[in-house]
Amino acid sequence: MIEVLNPGIGSSFQDLGRPGLAHLGVGHSGAADRPSHRLANRLLGNDESAATIETCGGLSLRLQQAATIVVTGAQGVIDVRSGRAMAVNNVGDLPAGAEFTVRAPDEGLRYYVAVRGGFDVEPVLGSRSFDTLAALGPRLGAGDRIAIGPDPRTPMSTEWGFHRQHNTVIHVSDGPRYDWFTTEAWTLLTTQPYVVSPSGNRVGARLTGPALERVAIRELLSEGLVEGAIQVPPDGQPIVMLADHPVTGGYPVIAVVAPEDIASVAQARPGTVLRFRHSGG
Amino acid sequence: MRVLPFGPGALLAEYDSLAEVMSVDEVLRESNLAGIDEIIPAARTVLVTFGHVDRAALHELLVPGAAAARVEGPLVEIPVVYDGADLAEVADATGLSIEQVVDTHSSIVYSAAFLGFTPGWAYLVGLPPSLQLPRRKTPRTAVPAGSVAIANEFTGVYPTLSPGGWHLLGHTDVQMFDVDREKPALVLAGDRVRFVPA
Repeated sequence: MIEVLNPGIGSSFQDLGRPGLAHLGVGHSGAADRPSHRLANRLLGNDESAATIETCGGLSLRLQQAATIVVTGAQGVIDVRSGRAMAVNNVGDLPAGAEFTVRAPDEGLRYYVAVRGGFDVEPVLGSRSFDTLAALGPRLGAGDRIAIGPDPRTPMSTEWGFHRQHNTVIHVSDGPRYDWFTTEAWTLLTTQPYVVSPSGNRVGARLTGPALERVAIRELLSEGLVEGAIQVPPDGQPIVMLADHPVTGGYPVIAVVAPEDIASVAQARPGTVLRFRHSGG
Repeated sequence: MRVLPFGPGALLAEYDSLAEVMSVDEVLRESNLAGIDEIIPAARTVLVTFGHVDRAALHELLVPGAAAARVEGPLVEIPVVYDGADLAEVADATGLSIEQVVDTHSSIVYSAAFLGFTPGWAYLVGLPPSLQLPRRKTPRTAVPAGSVAIANEFTGVYPTLSPGGWHLLGHTDVQMFDVDREKPALVLAGDRVRFVPA
């Protein structure tokens, strides 16, 4: 078992989400930075779908049994008590009784804390992800004792825990409602800096920059959304949909972030300057 | 029908009517076309997400054919206390009395067109034109779970506490979504729904 001493900031269990349930109004959810979640599991020899804990820092855990741990995603300091020092992207064997805390990140926004065997919490509708919008999935709180899943009996990965650079240049293609906006709006979006606002979350990254004006002033009937969709509410400030976005939304989507750049948006901390580049389509 | 771009893994097909949306949704589901991940119908659109898919075959399926009658699902009865905050406003805007609003809303057997927004949110159609109003100008920041409401051509029940711009007619204690039930969503697309004054 692993005891949660402090859940920290923005912490939740995550895996690869619950795809295929949109007909129930259930969104995809899952790790906001999926490549970092997958990397954590690969480094430990877990299946990539094993649950990790996504946290923006402050998470503090105590091992009640010896366990093999890795932290990926954001860059920052891990404080360890009663065990060997640990660093991000490096697999560590910790003895029973060890405690560790991931500090607020120095770079990036979301860490993925993983254990060999995975966090064995009860899945909800086939996934161990907590969907923050729908309040669906296993919850994480102070004092919880989390079971560790069976050892996968796989060799540990020999992949070196490399430092993954997150981009601030984000590639976008046309969204379904790009023609609801002025041509100037497109020019602004793809030439001007947009700053990540502190009010974002797992539902969406909110950006601040030159307002994107519409030519079509009418009400949009709600329509389906995908991760990476850039919605523009009436104030003209774009929102990039992340893992916990609603299944449908009522604001026009001007552009869509390239799938390979979504993790970079999810890791962009408040104050980060993003620049969007048109990648065709 | 127009096909709109939505990144490399999705497209949005836009239609003139909900009837076309529902018929295309049905055709897509029954096709079991390899590579389709999700089909998300909404009021005038169908979003399709996919991996490796035969794009030509997909585009053919998106062309609305003769609107096939949907197989009707079971009838779900939802008890409602008609005490909504917007009853008087709705009566005013429609020119009906409050009694007429309640009688009209509870006399119809609705059909669930699709689910969206959050888990268990079923968009029910069948509202007569006399009760169709645009969404509220200013949405409420918090609408209680179980609120029975109308907007445009739809009626529905808020499954959880959420922001919302629909007109509130009443409330129900029935859980629209419960993961501990064998069937988490009370109402599925195709089901028929009647509101019974409690």
